[in-house]
Amino acid sequence: MACNSATGCQSGCYKNEFEQDLKPATETISNSNEQNLCVKCKANEPTAGAGEDGKHCLDCFRSNLFGKFRLAVASNALITPADNVLVAFSGGPCSRVALQFVHELQQRAQKNFDASKDRSLPVFGVGVVFVDETAYYPVPSSEIDNAIQEIKLIVSNLSPPTKELHVIPIESIFCSNQCDRRERFKKLVDSVSDATGKEDLLLQLRMLSLQKFASENGFNRLLLGLCTSRIACHVITATVKGQGYSLPADIQYADARWEIPVVLPLRDCLAQELNMLCQLDCLKTVELLNQTHSGINGLVSSFVKILQEENPSRESTIMRTAGKLTPFHFNKIPELNDSSVPLASQRRQKRFNLKPNESISSESFCSLCYSPLNQSDLTSLSSHDNCKNSDIFVAACCSSCRFQIFPNDPSSMEKFYSLLPEPLVARAKHVRNGDSSLLREQIQDFLLSDSEDDA
Amino acid sequence: MEVAESKSKKAGGRLCSTCNQRKAALKRPKTLEQICRECFYEVFEEEIHQVIVGNQLFKAGERIAIGASGGKDSTVLAFVLSELNRRHNYGLDLFLLSIDEGISGYRDDSLQTVKRNEIQYGLPLKIVSYKDLYGWTMDEIVKVIGLKNNCTFCGVFRRQALDRGASLLKVDKIATGHNADDIAETVLLNILRGDIARLSRCTLITTGEDGPIPRCKPFKYTYEKEIRLDYFSTECIYSPNAYRGFAREFIKDLERLRPRAILDIIKSGENFRISTSTKMPEQGTCERCGYISSQKWCKACVLLEGLNRGLPKMGIVRSRGQNNERTKDMKQNKGTKNIESKQCGTLDF
Repeated sequence: MACNSATGCQSGCYKNEFEQDLKPATETISNSNEQNLCVKCKANEPTAGAGEDGKHCLDCFRSNLFGKFRLAVASNALITPADNVLVAFSGGPCSRVALQFVHELQQRAQKNFDASKDRSLPVFGVGVVFVDETAYYPVPSSEIDNAIQEIKLIVSNLSPPTKELHVIPIESIFCSNQCDRRERFKKLVDSVSDATGKEDLLLQLRMLSLQKFASENGFNRLLLGLCTSRIACHVITATVKGQGYSLPADIQYADARWEIPVVLPLRDCLAQELNMLCQLDCLKTVELLNQTHSGINGLVSSFVKILQEENPSRESTIMRTAGKLTPFHFNKIPELNDSSVPLASQRRQKRFNLKPNESISSESFCSLCYSPLNQSDLTSLSSHDNCKNSDIFVAACCSSCRFQIFPNDPSSMEKFYSLLPEPLVARAKHVRNGDSSLLREQIQDFLLSDSEDDA
Repeated sequence: MEVAESKSKKAGGRLCSTCNQRKAALKRPKTLEQICRECFYEVFEEEIHQVIVGNQLFKAGERIAIGASGGKDSTVLAFVLSELNRRHNYGLDLFLLSIDEGISGYRDDSLQTVKRNEIQYGLPLKIVSYKDLYGWTMDEIVKVIGLKNNCTFCGVFRRQALDRGASLLKVDKIATGHNADDIAETVLLNILRGDIARLSRCTLITTGEDGPIPRCKPFKYTYEKEIRLDYFSTECIYSPNAYRGFAREFIKDLERLRPRAILDIIKSGENFRISTSTKMPEQGTCERCGYISSQKWCKACVLLEGLNRGLPKMGIVRSRGQNNERTKDMKQNKGTKNIESKQCGTLDF
């Protein structure tokens, strides 16, 4: 309808609407700026690009960002002394800053440990992992080797304390032997025809490989460099794919539905800020794959980019809006009541008013993307015994995965199912067995019993 | 059936995928299936019937005012409702309710269309004018305030005008022609603007059940493209032809990539879990005119006061400093609420 016209109405109304909150409040310039000093500390000269309107000095800019990181970690108990944190490093600016800040946090903890008398708080461990996705994106091997060398250098410079770098091929999600893993991987991803579905499947497989590695190597936290900007894009893409129910699960500081809880300490930082910090502080980044998004993900990312250019607070607003959606019970780090965990850590966690659990409803999760399922996502299942495993798998999937990832016809579906990595299938079975009674309750209405056929 | 199918495959001509008899005349925007005209009308109308029945939009014997602008959506709405009312015996008392904003040229044409609808569909027509209600036509308003915020005025006034007209007609419910594209766009805009309260309400198919006259949107799941398929429209002269809201542009691009995305946005909007504490503001009544309002004065009265006092920015721009309570309320609100996000009013549910 839109103003009674086929086309949208202009006369400045939409544009105007946004122009109103477009112009960021132009505060009256303080004296300090006339003297060309950082508006925060009023001591140093401002650095171009640092902070809003470039009116901060580099130190204040950096400490502002680090402050956001530290606050996120502390108030959400993302990293506690007994933890062993795996940092997922892609080589890009966001994960570079994440790595840098984790290192600085660890350094401080080490200093405190060395200085303390009773040594009550151990220093958390940090490992770094780089996922090699060249099984799908072809890259000349010399480039891969160079990239890995650069990453090794970056990580080795971030010591003490020393951190081990692990390079894992994404095809490691398959348990089978070396030779055919890459082929299997490529075959799996190629069987998805929808461009967006393909990209989303790759993301899921990346997470799967990170989870597998973390679990098998004694890590208990997986740290990602996801920032406000990426989250804002995710809010829109999830909305557009009909995933409004599960959206809140992906955008909180902590996500403990995974075997190894995922933490996002850079959640409150903009990509632009993180980029700028890398430039100003000469933090080396490595861009191995030229990953431009296509399909819906690409469309949304250009859309959000334009909006952000018009209004620098747009990404934050989008994230803040989505932040008001009710998160899930697994969106907080499980409380430590274990007697083996130092008391100090327990006290620290309780200190920051972590909200008590909501009624812990056990959610059911999509077999593929692990997003919490809405009632309406569960399709009917025939209660006949000869229900194939692939049918059961698909029935417990969200409608988005069913639409954009799974093939339409039953025979292709079976083939696709056979290509799935073993851990994924195992996880789905595990979830199903755990929730089978709950699941049965939920789908009871849709189950057809044999006796009904006669009616 | 099989013969027809193989015949079509051989000849290269396409048959309608629904009836397999007639030649396919178009590709259905929602599903991209090849379909003939007759089957298209049938499925189009049947889907709307299912939405009406499935969501229990109407009760037998109710008096329903159809918000009739003369535009495509409301023309099609008028036709479809009267047709389904007859075909399925809804037992509804249908009226056309049209608002005359006083935009010369535009409104004259669309009022002609509505008058034609009155005759074509045999629905009684009531016209309510801004001039009668507020003492101002849009032409007069534009002369004073220019082309910058006129949509805000028009939207606020239209919303009230519909309610007032409906109560004059002693109507039980208003039906408006908001379609799936409109609602998807509103969901997106509310996310972008941070309006969580509106976000929680904007996908409801019926709103205002606790107010004077509830409104429903039978076209909630109907694609704009399908409504347009063979109807023409008149456009507001104050809107340049080419421009579309950027959010609408994005939705069009999205639709091209994946047609079901429009319905997926609506589905997401319906599934957002928003805590009840962040919902509706308290509803009182306007001190000046008695219409429902969450502030001391309703928005229309604020705007009118501004117009009459020669302060056309009042109620549009947040004012600082010297103030009475009305504008103080606005100042205290966050920016989005202040501007009331009217978006030509019709998108504000």
